[in-house]
Amino acid sequence: MAGTGEGKKEEPDYKKLFNFPLIRHTDMPEEMKVETMELCVTACEKFETNNESAAKMIKESMDKKFGSSWHVVIGEDFGFEITHEAKNLLYMFYGGRLAICVWRCS
Amino acid sequence: MPMPNNTTAASTRKQKGAGAKSTKAASRKKDEEEGVEMVDGLDEAPVKPKDQLELSEAELKEEITRILTANNPFAPQNIVRYSFKERSYKSTSVVDQMAVHFVLEGNLLHQDSDEARRLRAKEGLFEETTVVDAEAEPEEEEPETPATPVEDGGDMEETGEDDRPDSVASKTDKKEPKLTNQFNFSERASQTLNNSLRDRCCQTEPPPRVTFSDTANQWKTYDMYEMETEKQEKNKDKQNATPKKENDNSKKKMMLIETQSDTITKVLKPAKILERMCNQNICDDIAQDFKYFEDVSDEFRDQKGTLLPLWKFHYEKAKLSVTALCWNKKYQDLFAVGMGSYDFSKQGHGMLVFYSLKNSAFPEYIYPTSSGILCLDIHELHSHLVAVGFYDGCVAVYNLKEEGQEPVYKSTAKTGKHTDPVWQVQWQNDDMDNNHNFYSVSSDGRVVSWTLVKNELVFTDIIRLSLNGAVSEGPEAVHEPIVVGGTSFDFHKHIDYLFLVGTEVGQIYKCSKAYSTQFLETYEAHSMAVDAVKWNHFHPKVFISCSSDWTIKIWDHTINSPMFTFDLNSAVGDFAWSPYSSTVFAAVTTDRTVHVFDLSVNKDQALCQQTVVSKKKTKLTHIDFNPVYPIIIVGDDQSCVTSLKLSPNLRRTPKGKKRQELPKGPETEVAKMEQLLRLLREPDPTTV
Repeated sequence: MAGTGEGKKEEPDYKKLFNFPLIRHTDMPEEMKVETMELCVTACEKFETNNESAAKMIKESMDKKFGSSWHVVIGEDFGFEITHEAKNLLYMFYGGRLAICVWRCS
Repeated sequence: MPMPNNTTAASTRKQKGAGAKSTKAASRKKDEEEGVEMVDGLDEAPVKPKDQLELSEAELKEEITRILTANNPFAPQNIVRYSFKERSYKSTSVVDQMAVHFVLEGNLLHQDSDEARRLRAKEGLFEETTVVDAEAEPEEEEPETPATPVEDGGDMEETGEDDRPDSVASKTDKKEPKLTNQFNFSERASQTLNNSLRDRCCQTEPPPRVTFSDTANQWKTYDMYEMETEKQEKNKDKQNATPKKENDNSKKKMMLIETQSDTITKVLKPAKILERMCNQNICDDIAQDFKYFEDVSDEFRDQKGTLLPLWKFHYEKAKLSVTALCWNKKYQDLFAVGMGSYDFSKQGHGMLVFYSLKNSAFPEYIYPTSSGILCLDIHELHSHLVAVGFYDGCVAVYNLKEEGQEPVYKSTAKTGKHTDPVWQVQWQNDDMDNNHNFYSVSSDGRVVSWTLVKNELVFTDIIRLSLNGAVSEGPEAVHEPIVVGGTSFDFHKHIDYLFLVGTEVGQIYKCSKAYSTQFLETYEAHSMAVDAVKWNHFHPKVFISCSSDWTIKIWDHTINSPMFTFDLNSAVGDFAWSPYSSTVFAAVTTDRTVHVFDLSVNKDQALCQQTVVSKKKTKLTHIDFNPVYPIIIVGDDQSCVTSLKLSPNLRRTPKGKKRQELPKGPETEVAKMEQLLRLLREPDPTTV
């Protein structure tokens, strides 16, 4: 019990440690992937408290850069089933708690 | 004419006498004087000029008629012109009497002429605006125009006036007639055919879609991050320890690139494996025989053995004889076949072909050559190096590892190639500089050592073969050796410098690498060329020679006469010692027979005499034992190589008296041989 308590206390530290973005699944080409990942990190850092604005920023930038009809979901606890265009999906973690899913489907 | 005189006379009179009044009177008087002169004379005494004609009264009464005509006084009365037509002067009778006093060019138009109509039409247009002016104009024109045209002008004016109201009325009704120029300008127009229009539409395929699903939980996130941190720590450790990793990565990249770039080579290896599999499936029974078949009937055959035919290796493209065979010591299923022609008259190209037992259908390596191959040898240690001797005297070294059909080294006329066919080549141990070297013997009587130095083939004459005791018929009585060609040689397995050379005339010389002029020993071996001479693999003293004089002789090199002689009833092409026994050897003859001998079993007869080729005309040319497997390969002059399996009787190892397996090894073989030799040295009534 004490161990789990300590574990919980350590968690926020770990989350601070886990600040790097971790790509969970993607089929994007390398360049696109890197750009998108950086964009997501920027957005999340900018809008730390507001997921919606972060998602809005990401979506608009993706639309401008890569073409229309991008969808973005940011959250901590959700399940999803999506159909995306081939080579246009990025699913990543960030900051130890956020999960970001970016895909395109027109 | 008198009249002018009178007048002039009168005038002069007046001028002389009186003034102006008197002139009138003078003129009156003149007139009177014309009619009646007498009257004047009566009234007054007429003043007669001094030059007046004195006329008589009769003459004075004479009436002189005067005619007034309308003739032009200035016009000539008669004109004479020269007529060129009639070539004479001609007078024109009628002369024009008209005198023009006044000419005035006018600009009047007839009312019915085209121009007048046009002008009228134009005037009709201006009529509305300039009606008053138009009426004023013809009045002004009237007094100007001369008498006769006045009426016309008046008429025109009237008609113009009539026309004007008409034209005003008619202008609205009809159009002006189109003016055309005097060139009869005409318009042409045409319309080309327009291409018909077609509708096309296309719908591109939408980009492919993929479904994806996942759950984003806190625990998943945590787990993933844990894994990632572990990985990163591992990577850091690796990076610190070995910088080689990058090299590996780059190498992998290189390999990837290579494999990506050449798709055919990707398939090459699997294709090769498939080919072998297919062939082995086809010849499955042969493969089974090769591995497992042991002729059981050998037990009943009382020491005789048989040869079981296995694969036949036939390369159709080469219509040549098999002139050389050699097994590869390292890869024991690979053997080399050299092809050429023994026929002096039919010399063409040659071929070096490598077969593997795993694939009997097609050779592994094929090297076509310009000249027929007569001999070849595969290096014992470096089995990718193959030395080849050609009919044209060249020697070459092929490297199987390299791509390409050309040998890596080749001797040329400059680098000391033989001038006659090279009958045998053999690799030697690397020399002191660790260069590979091999020896060759040829009909030009030279035994040459070739060294592979970097990119070159360096030759060294070892010995010149000559008939001992040959004397030239010169006065100096100098020994000039007659060169005799060498046809075969063999190097001792253990004593490095010792080697044997067989010649065209049937002698065998025992030579040493150290002495280049002298032979250690000469054996009068055969009556014809010595086709092959080979040391025993185990016993250091024994060697065999075979010749076209149908015999095979076994020698102890210390004794000048042969120990065994076998007559095979036909020219012997080649023979080979077996690698597993010191007393077993096999020979091939031109009558398609393979003879296998085992001296420990039967000193006089062959254990097996078997024809191995079906066609009657084929001659067997070469034979070689496989270093490990109990098979032999036999080459014939139809470019076919047959592989045969030795039956158990032929490969018997000596059994101990108590039915114990004696230890296998070279010592037992040597002992076996020694036993035999001892028998021979002691006089034995059985042997002849």
